[in-house]
Amino acid sequence: MTDHDHDHHHHDHDHSELSETELRVRALETVLTEKGYVEPAALDAIIQAYETKIGPHNGARVVAKAWSDPAFRQALLADATKAVSTLGHVSRVGDHLVAVENTQRRHNMVVCTLCSCYPWEMLGLPPVWYKAAPYRSRAVKDPRGVLADFGVSLPRETEIRVWDSTAETRFLVLPMRPAGTEGWDERQLAELVTRDSMIGTGFPKTPGAPS
Amino acid sequence: MNGVHDMGGMDGFGKVEPEPNEPMFHSEWEARVLAMVRAMGAAGAFNIDTSRFYREALPPAVYLSSSYYRKWLLGLEDLLIDKGFVAAGEIAAGHATNPARPLKRGKFTVDDVERIMVRGKFARAAPAPAKFKPGDRVRARNIHPATHTRLPRYARGHVGVVERNHGCQVFPDSAATGSGENPQWLYTVVFDGAELWGADADPTLKISIDAFEPYLEAA
Repeated sequence: MTDHDHDHHHHDHDHSELSETELRVRALETVLTEKGYVEPAALDAIIQAYETKIGPHNGARVVAKAWSDPAFRQALLADATKAVSTLGHVSRVGDHLVAVENTQRRHNMVVCTLCSCYPWEMLGLPPVWYKAAPYRSRAVKDPRGVLADFGVSLPRETEIRVWDSTAETRFLVLPMRPAGTEGWDERQLAELVTRDSMIGTGFPKTPGAPS
Repeated sequence: MNGVHDMGGMDGFGKVEPEPNEPMFHSEWEARVLAMVRAMGAAGAFNIDTSRFYREALPPAVYLSSSYYRKWLLGLEDLLIDKGFVAAGEIAAGHATNPARPLKRGKFTVDDVERIMVRGKFARAAPAPAKFKPGDRVRARNIHPATHTRLPRYARGHVGVVERNHGCQVFPDSAATGSGENPQWLYTVVFDGAELWGADADPTLKISIDAFEPYLEAA
């Protein structure tokens, strides 16, 4: 083998190296395709749907509407699935959505200690931290310690209610409307609603604060 | 099963580390795994409870050291092999060599994508009246099923209050093992922090679980 060939081989190798996991995933997809169980184009379409159709913008719209429309807020807290089903393109949440409201007296926080249950249709796919051991283990026992990891602190007397998503019920936290937003419309309000504020590990953005 | 997945209340896992501007997937393969799990489930190869059970059944050291989608991949492989949809040798070879096993709802195609983006419905007709009502004191039973359950260990043996009745739903403990839907009443049950974690618990803390009726007894 000449030096050139050797270099060339090396170059090629660097560019085609796949991890053991990537190889296994490809192998499984090939087998499932060859056996006629799935179409690769259908897998592409699933991924595209997740990337474009779901995300925290859906939940933010629901929260902003609840902040601006007292009747919708009431309906949301009474039966979130039904209330959200009236909202056009964010309506397809299916059953079992429950909205829980933060107040001066009570802060709500959502976890799934057993796996990763999360309101996908409202918030998108969960972040890695939500699915990982530190959050799942501590949220039910030391929620204030967990909130400190997010740089969030609550008054000492505030009740903390942790909702462990142990069944198919999915929880959406309705955070408190930030002060200084009087007269804002739903679109402006929705921009203040963060993903973490709807999980209960953060607050909405404050008007005028850098985002 | 009393696995490491049931981690509520465990210590030693360290701080929560949020990732700023986290992407939806960290590698392309993660997206492929998610799509394969969703597609094969929708095609009728398994239900959501069975897929959870297979991830929980990974060896504890593997569970704790694997990334989220790696667990999904390993669980999916084991499940498809056990149910006879693929052979281990086919995955190792990267090619199909055995005949396919028919799927309950047939091949998953582009036309099926729309329907999986709508969340499934788990409510079922009630086989019997509900035993509990909001306000009732209940004890989470001291049970340790060797297979899938959604009653976390930290709640077992403890007394809480029924807050809400969610109606009758598919019972995961039965569905996971292919023993049918066996619908059961589902309740939100609230526990005081001190009831679960002792006198040193945060006095402002309340924790709720959603508990199926067979997990509960009157207290």
